[in-house]
Amino acid sequence: MNTLSSEPASGRPAARRPVTGVRSGNRPAVTVSGLTKSFRVTDAHGRRSQFTAVSDVSFTVPPGGSLGLVGESGSGKTTTARMLVGLEIPTAGRIEVLGHDRSQPARGAAERRRRARELQIVFQDPYTSLDPSQTVRAAIDEVLRAHSGLEGTARAERLAELLDQVGFDERQASARPRDLSGGQRQRVAIARALAADPRVLILDEAVSALDVSIQAQILNLLVDIRAATGIAYLLISHDLAVVRHLCDSVVVLRRGRVVESGDCGAVLDAPADEYTRTLRASVPVPGWRPGMGLST
Amino acid sequence: MLRLRDVNVALNVEGRMRPVLSGLNLDLAEGEALGLVGESGSGKSMTVRTITRLLPQGARVSGSVEVDGRDVLAMRPAELRAFRGSDVGVVFQDPRAAINPTHRIGEFLGEALTVNRGVSRAEAARRSADLLASVGIDDAGRRLRQYPHELSGGMLQRVMIASVLAAEPRLILADEPTTALDVTIQAEVVGILDRLRRERGLSMVFITHDLDLALAVCDRVAVMYAGSVVEVRSARDLHETARHPYTIGLLGSRPSIEERAPRLAAIPGRPVSAFEAGPGCAFATRCAFAQAECRARRPRLEAFQDGLVRCHRVEEIHEHSVV
Repeated sequence: MNTLSSEPASGRPAARRPVTGVRSGNRPAVTVSGLTKSFRVTDAHGRRSQFTAVSDVSFTVPPGGSLGLVGESGSGKTTTARMLVGLEIPTAGRIEVLGHDRSQPARGAAERRRRARELQIVFQDPYTSLDPSQTVRAAIDEVLRAHSGLEGTARAERLAELLDQVGFDERQASARPRDLSGGQRQRVAIARALAADPRVLILDEAVSALDVSIQAQILNLLVDIRAATGIAYLLISHDLAVVRHLCDSVVVLRRGRVVESGDCGAVLDAPADEYTRTLRASVPVPGWRPGMGLST
Repeated sequence: MLRLRDVNVALNVEGRMRPVLSGLNLDLAEGEALGLVGESGSGKSMTVRTITRLLPQGARVSGSVEVDGRDVLAMRPAELRAFRGSDVGVVFQDPRAAINPTHRIGEFLGEALTVNRGVSRAEAARRSADLLASVGIDDAGRRLRQYPHELSGGMLQRVMIASVLAAEPRLILADEPTTALDVTIQAEVVGILDRLRRERGLSMVFITHDLDLALAVCDRVAVMYAGSVVEVRSARDLHETARHPYTIGLLGSRPSIEERAPRLAAIPGRPVSAFEAGPGCAFATRCAFAQAECRARRPRLEAFQDGLVRCHRVEEIHEHSVV
């Protein structure tokens, strides 16, 4: 079993808003242990077999920490994210968010609401998850109404604060998804996730599809939000440079298994595992030449 | 090898002509690899479509496109077919969309040889195996009998490259050839492309949104913005020699894998397309150095310190080292 724990970056401002019901002191933001997911698959000849997408994966995201889950196609990173948000039920293992088990589906509305306030996710393509008829303001307010418990002026103030945080002015707040660029839509998705005031945010390839100049803006925004709120990030990405920029620690997955984990800078500067070394050596950087160090 | 002069392209979008390339100039020497780098709407893919005359119906093109001294825009249909078949090879981003899924790999490669090179079927089968070997696929016999869906994306992109080589073109246009691939597979495919290009002395235009990848694969890099080139420079030391504020902005936007910076020097606003650009410099709306002149009059692509830059203020900015 591979366990991983690292302290959040020091010198960061403490959580800005008061501790409420879902705050859980010093308990880890996310604890995953022995997580396994198998699917039954049928091949072209009708033969059935088991395919294990995620196998005995363990990691810990400390409170306010930031952990990157990296890997290529078939690494199991997306299946892991789907189990964390309850879209898949684990075959084995345990998931805890702020000390609450979520290996099984939520029982009842109250638990579902509590889970939503604990953890939110931002996907790669926000276009498909935004209602085309809703303005930016309405889309964010919808989440505030469901999860914040705020009413009247307090809710309006929080809405204005969120809009400001993700850089929307009054006019843009009245726009609908079709009038927004990819980067703006991703800002709306981030504001919606933050509206539930979660302690953990999963970023599932959330900046991967953006143009590089827009990606830089969103990365700066994500750094600022963590500094201001003490929220924990679980970043799922194939982009090692983005992981280095946002994360304190990293878990490298290959074919559903953890091959290496540890402090982000240490792993990327001196990878111990052979696969991590190949992954690292495949990234074009200044001075890189194609095919260098690879068996082609 | 390739020479584009003052190329303007407009597409017919619901009855209105919308510019996608505006005043594009580009030069590629024999045997050279040129990287074409830019964000969405910069016109990189439209440049490839213009060179191969694969633009949508109703597109309006002006300026000149010369390949090996021949005027592509003036080619008659038969000449154009021969040009596309054997003078220029295009590697697209998604090989699954470019390769017929109902044909075996052997038929796909064989067709490229029999149609464009006029070789016999038996000869085509033998050469197909050689082509696969040249792109690093060793069990050619089995691969030639397989269908595209039986191959991974990286393997299929190698087949695509093999099919392009089959026609023995002197110019390769690679349009985001590795964008859909995992990074370890990208490194392999790019390595193959790079080796084959050097061995055969081919010229290549390599289109990508990844500036570092372009720098690794190419001799020179042309940075595109809003349908035209804003800077051309040697790939060797672009990180130090970039002079256009947009190029410098792009370099500062990417996080580094080698160290963690507290903040990225992000460019404000979003990339604009040619049809959104005003009369002045297309980058002026996002540029920290823009003045009245920049917004009023479009700068030309001019020589500056061993490269080409399209910026009114480049000398001034560089002299005062305000960048």
